[in-house]
Amino acid sequence: MSVADVGETLEGRTGKPPRKRARRSGWSTGYLLLLPGLLWLLVFFVAPTIQLAATSLYDSAGSLEAGYAMTWSFGNYLDALSTYREQFVRSLLYATTATGLALLLGYPLAYAIAFKAGRFKNLMLMLVIAPFFTSFLVRTLAWKSILADNGAVVETLKSVGILAPDGRLLATSVAVITGLTYNFLPFMVLPLYASLEKIDPRLLEAGKDLYANGFTAFRKITVPLSMPGVVAGTLLTFIPAAGDYINSELLGTPRQYMIGNVIDNTFLVQLNYPIAAACSVVLMVVVVVMVLLYVRRAGTEDLV
Amino acid sequence: MNRLQLLGRWTAERMTVFVAGVVLVYMFLPIFFVGLMSFNDPTSRLAYEFQGFTWDNWRDPCSPVGMCDSLVSSLQIAFLATIGATILGTLVAFALIRHRFRGRAPTSLLIFLPMATPEVVMGSSLLALFSSAGLAGNLGFWSILVAHIMFCLSFVVVTVKARLAGLDFRYEQAAMDLYANEWQTFWRVTFPLVFPGILAAALLSFSLSFDDYIITNFNHGNTITFPMFVWGSAQRGIPPQVNVVGTTMFLIALLLVLSTGLLQRRRSR
Repeated sequence: MSVADVGETLEGRTGKPPRKRARRSGWSTGYLLLLPGLLWLLVFFVAPTIQLAATSLYDSAGSLEAGYAMTWSFGNYLDALSTYREQFVRSLLYATTATGLALLLGYPLAYAIAFKAGRFKNLMLMLVIAPFFTSFLVRTLAWKSILADNGAVVETLKSVGILAPDGRLLATSVAVITGLTYNFLPFMVLPLYASLEKIDPRLLEAGKDLYANGFTAFRKITVPLSMPGVVAGTLLTFIPAAGDYINSELLGTPRQYMIGNVIDNTFLVQLNYPIAAACSVVLMVVVVVMVLLYVRRAGTEDLV
Repeated sequence: MNRLQLLGRWTAERMTVFVAGVVLVYMFLPIFFVGLMSFNDPTSRLAYEFQGFTWDNWRDPCSPVGMCDSLVSSLQIAFLATIGATILGTLVAFALIRHRFRGRAPTSLLIFLPMATPEVVMGSSLLALFSSAGLAGNLGFWSILVAHIMFCLSFVVVTVKARLAGLDFRYEQAAMDLYANEWQTFWRVTFPLVFPGILAAALLSFSLSFDDYIITNFNHGNTITFPMFVWGSAQRGIPPQVNVVGTTMFLIALLLVLSTGLLQRRRSR
C-alpha cells in the first residue's frame, strides 16, 4: 500500500472515465460487475434512507411497541427544529470551526511534507496516517487525560495567564473543538498533500523568474493549484465533524451536545423514532446542500 | 536581495517546518498518552491522570470482563466486512473504469453519497429500516456486518478506481499481442498491477470497520464490539487495559506500514 494512493483516494480525484478504453468484451459484463455492489447500496443505503424519511413523517404519538401510523406529520420537523435548534446550530458552528482549524494546521503540515521533507517524506506521511490505526475512542479518551484539570496543559495555560486560576478545559467547547479538529485532521492533510505534491516546481521557478517574491508565488501559484485538495479536505473534515457526537459526549457536557447526541438519544433512549428521524433527515439535507453549494462554488466537479 | 529580505525568507522557510512539527506533535500527543496510560496504576476507576507505574496491564490485558470478547467480535466483523466490501467494491471499480454501461452518473452519485452522509444518519436510517421490517429484536453480528460492508464499499471503489485509472493500458495490449488470452492477461498483468490499490482499500476497510462506533451503536443488538466496550466503560471508568489494546494496535499498524514501505523501496531498487 502506498501512502500516495491513500492521499489520492481521499483527494477524490481519480481521473476521468476513459471512454475510449472500454473493452469490447460485451457490454453486459459491466452490468454484472456492478450488480452486487449497487444492489448492496440500494438495499442497505437507499432503502434505509427512504425508510428514514418515511419514519420522520409518522405520527409521533405512536410508540415502538404499538407501532407507528403514517400520518404525513410534517409537524415533526417543526417540533424537531424548535426543540433542538440549539444543538443544530452548535453542530454547524463546531464543525465549521474545527474544519477551519484543521485547514490552518493541515496546510503547513501538508506543505512541509510535499516540499520540505526531502527523504523523510514517506516517513512523515506514515506518521500522518498512523493515528488512523489506533482506536478513535481510545485516542479521544486520551484527550481527557491531556486536558485534565490538574494536567500539564491546564497548569501551563494558567501560569501564562491565558486561563483563569479556576478555569478548566475539559467539559468546555474548547475541549470538544480540540477533539474534533484532532480526530479529522488526517482527512484534511492527505488530500492537501496529494494536490500539493502534484504541483510542478517549474511553475514556481517560472513565477520567480517573472519577479514574484516567495509570498506572491505562493499566493498566485501554490494556493490556486492546491484548491482541489482544499475542497476535498474541507469536505472530508466537515461531514464527519457535523454528525459526530463522540467528542461532545466524552470531552464535553450536555451543554456542548451536538445534533448527533440528540439523534442517538432520541432514537435509542427516548425511542421517539419520528422526531429522531426528522432530526436525522434535517442533518442529512443540511450537510448535502452545504456540500453541493460549496463544491459548486469552489468549482471542482468530478469528485467521485 | 538585502539582508532584511534574506532574514525574512529564512524565517518563512523555517516557519513552515516549525509549524508542521508542532502539528505533528499535536497529532501524536494522544497516542503518546495512550502509551503512557497503558502503564497506569489508577487508584480509582474514574481517574484519567497518571498515578503510578505498573506492568500489570500488559501482563494481563484480558482482565477487564468482556473486553477481549469484544475485541474478538470486532476483529471478526472487520475481517468479514473487509472481504465483502473489497470484493464488491473492486468489481464496481472495474465496471466503472473498464466497461460501458448506461447510468454512469447515477451510479457515481450512489457511490459518492454514503461518503457524504454523516454516520449518525446512516446508522439511524438502518435502524429505521430494520425495525420497520420487524427485525429490531434480532439485530447483532449480522446487522453490524451488513452495515460495515455498506459504508466501506464506497471507500473501496474510490481507492481501487484511482489505481485502475492510473494504469497504463499498453501493458495489457502488449500481453494480448503476445498471445495471452483475456483470462491470462487479467491474472498475470492487470491484477498484479491493481493489487496495491486493492490492498490499500482492504486496509482502509479494516480500519474503518474496526474503529466504527456510531453506525454500530444503532444496529448492534446484543453484540458488543471493542468501540462499544470502550464507550460503555467510559461511563463507569476506563480500565487501563484499553490503552494496552490501543498501543498494540498502533504498534502493529506502524510495523505493517514500515515493512510495506521497506518492501516497496527494495522492489523499486
